[in-house]
Amino acid sequence: MTEEEPKVGVFICHCGVNIGGVVNVPEVVKYAKTLPNVAYAEANIYTCSEAGLASIKENIKKQGLNRVIVASCTPRTHEPLFRSTCREAGLNHYLFEMANIREQCSWVHKHQMERATEKAKDLVRMAVARATWLEPQEEPELDIKDTSLVIGGGIAGMTAALSLANQGFKVYLIEKEPELGGNLRNLSRLYPTMQETHEILDPAINAIKSSDKIETMLSTTVADAKGYVGNFKVTLATPQDKKDIEVGTIVVACGAANYTPPKGLYQYGVFQGVLTQMQLDEMLKHGKVDKAPERVVMIQCVGARKGEIRAMDLAGFPKSDTARLLSKILKAKKEEGWPYCSKICCMNAIKNALLVKEKFPKTDVMILYGDVRVYKEYEDFYSQAREAQVKFVKHIEEVPPEITQTPDGKLAVMAYDALSGQEINLPCDWVILSTPMIPHKEEVLLARMLKIPISSDGFLMEAHVKLRPVDTQTDGIFLAGAASGPKDVPETIVSAKAAAARAGTLMANKKMRTEALTSVVDEEQCIGCGLCEEICVYGAHYVEENVSHTIAALCRGCGACAAECPRRAISMQHYSDEQILSQVKAALTEES
Amino acid sequence: MTGKAVMVIGGGIAGIQSSLDLANRGYQVYLVERSPSIGGRMAQLDKTFPTMDCSMCILAPKMIDCSHHHNVKTLSYSEVKSVKGTAGNFVVTVLRKPRFVDETKCTGCGVCAEHCPVEVPNEFDEQLGTRKAIYMPFPQAVPRAMTVDKNNCIECGLCLKMCQAGAVDLKQQPREEEYNVGAIVVATGFDVFDASQIPTYGYGRYKNVVTSLELERLLCASGPTGGHLIRPSDGKIPRQIAFIQCVGSRDRRFGTTYCSSICCKYSVKDAVLIKEHEPSTAVNIFYIDMRAFGRGFQEFVNRAKSEYGVRFVRSSPGEILEDPASKNLRIWYEDTVAGRIENGEFDLVVLCPALIPSKGARELAKVLGAEIDNYGFFKASDILTSPVDTTVPGIFVCGYALGPKTGDIPDSIMQGSATAARVAEILERSV
Repeated sequence: MTEEEPKVGVFICHCGVNIGGVVNVPEVVKYAKTLPNVAYAEANIYTCSEAGLASIKENIKKQGLNRVIVASCTPRTHEPLFRSTCREAGLNHYLFEMANIREQCSWVHKHQMERATEKAKDLVRMAVARATWLEPQEEPELDIKDTSLVIGGGIAGMTAALSLANQGFKVYLIEKEPELGGNLRNLSRLYPTMQETHEILDPAINAIKSSDKIETMLSTTVADAKGYVGNFKVTLATPQDKKDIEVGTIVVACGAANYTPPKGLYQYGVFQGVLTQMQLDEMLKHGKVDKAPERVVMIQCVGARKGEIRAMDLAGFPKSDTARLLSKILKAKKEEGWPYCSKICCMNAIKNALLVKEKFPKTDVMILYGDVRVYKEYEDFYSQAREAQVKFVKHIEEVPPEITQTPDGKLAVMAYDALSGQEINLPCDWVILSTPMIPHKEEVLLARMLKIPISSDGFLMEAHVKLRPVDTQTDGIFLAGAASGPKDVPETIVSAKAAAARAGTLMANKKMRTEALTSVVDEEQCIGCGLCEEICVYGAHYVEENVSHTIAALCRGCGACAAECPRRAISMQHYSDEQILSQVKAALTEES
Repeated sequence: MTGKAVMVIGGGIAGIQSSLDLANRGYQVYLVERSPSIGGRMAQLDKTFPTMDCSMCILAPKMIDCSHHHNVKTLSYSEVKSVKGTAGNFVVTVLRKPRFVDETKCTGCGVCAEHCPVEVPNEFDEQLGTRKAIYMPFPQAVPRAMTVDKNNCIECGLCLKMCQAGAVDLKQQPREEEYNVGAIVVATGFDVFDASQIPTYGYGRYKNVVTSLELERLLCASGPTGGHLIRPSDGKIPRQIAFIQCVGSRDRRFGTTYCSSICCKYSVKDAVLIKEHEPSTAVNIFYIDMRAFGRGFQEFVNRAKSEYGVRFVRSSPGEILEDPASKNLRIWYEDTVAGRIENGEFDLVVLCPALIPSKGARELAKVLGAEIDNYGFFKASDILTSPVDTTVPGIFVCGYALGPKTGDIPDSIMQGSATAARVAEILERSV
């Protein structure tokens, strides 16, 4: 407790009709004024508007408020805003508290207006009880090292590394293969310009080689990663030995793999002429075709838009089992396919169709599709293919095409044309399967080391799917390229530049402050049993000389350690027992 | 890093992201916005996929971050008039249009608007609601200041009399200001194709044919109907709703041959929102190809079909006819999968129009000396390797100003951040 007598100000938001249309806000304001320690209460149409914020600031000064409560929406979106408003008015922002009377009240009790008003009062009473016990906190300040590690030497990693170097930072660029280039090395040309891949790759590789800011390490992987934003300690496994480096930020650009169909799916691996688009591309690139095929049939969405959404929640599994579990998941997905649309396959098929046409103008090329997803200006690319006589057939996806082989080695595809409703039989020489980009094993193991959550479809997850597409939940670690989902070259380059901007901004500031909501160990009480170290998924606890310590920058304030500690030696700053219990008591107290 | 300044043109989500990244990096940012408030299109949307957060709820904190940031100066109600110089050293002349209200004095209390006798359709609500001649486009507007719409003002002077802060100044003059900046970021966004150009769909003639942006306002709790989806002709709750895709997109007649990239996805989102609101309402989506590309969207389409019962019809409808009495709409269409000409009656039809270059983008491109593409969007200097560079060194572009290669909100944000990286690359090099 601070010395001062608590003077709580309560600001209750109508959120237009979102709250005001259900909850009787003036009544809640009136009620709030009767609560102990409440010095001031008012209603706002939108507390988050500039008028609302100005009123908070004004009343902190005018009424001498030393605790502020906003009863409105979710702290997930709005707490930072209100906190900074308090700070601007000279109030430590840990003396701010939110009551969620929208998501947890008006939205879910739309049809029970009176009871919703009562619940809003309960929530406000609880917030006031907790606010009384709040204490000011100081946020630890961290130094940020101005060196970055970029993991992955594909186009994403190279772009991010070059941007960071151009911004003036030192970069370690590591690649697990013996050469730079990533997945693009296997492609002949790129849509929609049909440029040869080396025209894109060579300048990037040369720029990397000539940069004195970038240290490139090939055949190198991450063996271990420790530390936190600004101060990561990464152990690299190089071909010779292990190397420890210290970096301020990490850009994960480990790319994606390509789905390989299981043997037998569309006779893949059984008949010689059944290939994936990647194999066709390679064949065309190396000119390994002697005889012009009469007809080529491409099948879209092989292994994509199939199967169930199944969460890959690795966090709950013992670390030692990650690899085993993962190979099981990948095996299951190989059989049933991946649920998402891989986004690039339609354009990729059109590109390869045009390449076949360019090489063998007389060859008939047919593409069996469910939807042609040539989004953006790629529509023009689609038109170009139709003008080149590439034929597009919408087939009934629920009835997978059947592939047969005649004794002379020719293939035939039997499918259902969705538009005519007719069975069609297509004799052909090659059947080309369009397969999705999928997450790869290394990526997931890396995610585990760097503590990046994995999305339900197996890719690395961004901090907020809409607003923070290249940030991760771990401060200081950013995502570039297909590591976070299928992307084509321009999208990959945009995301890599974005990641470089976010990492660069952090490093340019040289210092940052982190959340003060962390665990604190009472060294007198601690017996050094190490349970906290074992249970902490963020690696924020370590035991040294029989006493546990918290690394504040790593602690996310989840409270698992405090709940587990047999000696009750751990408490959470900003969520102390008193603070929580007072709130619980207020919840159980009958309204006066 | 003092003395390094950047101008961002356009205060939608792309421009906001670019501004914040640049400002956090330590650069002085001048954020120029033509309308009275920053926020752009995202401010008009109801909820966003997949978190179903209300759009304004996740946008407003970012808008306020901009207005409070010590490195961002927001020049709202302003336009770029001329640009001289080259990368590292541009001189930009900005026209500060008179809003007839002193931004520094106005508290946005709205008393003036309460007394203003002139009521006109509100652009922010896609003309569905009304505002006064002195107005704030929406309650969370940044800056929080009123603006007088002189085209509709009758000069009665009531606002002047009512304003306690003495902020109204009906004699305010336009003025020009010059800014020295090292780089420029263009984020001018999009406009919506005028659906009345397709007369067979009856937009503008039939009251119950609306655009998807109008639907967003009708669904939004802070919109003109308080979030009640009612049809414009009689205020009744629609029970049979049709969405029509590719209205102007993928259409050679209007030169808009591209796919607008977002319509399939937001239609499925809106369909699900409507179903959650009124489960008994039948929602039909007429499409050519269901382009639910990218992570999570195909799964969402599957759920819309199986869990919510949204009906998908592969068809580009031929004609809509209105019943003059009920104002219901009969759609004639060919179900291309069933291979039949059919028709059906609906009480609300939502057109999903193409997104086209923002009005004025062409003139701005001229002022900047930047090239535009066949459709009028800003041209990337190399669509593969330099996707956010314009054809002028030192001038970058993000968001829908680049055309449909942007797609959705995360794309705009990524591009916004990417321009910040490009700016940092040139400003740090010129040390």
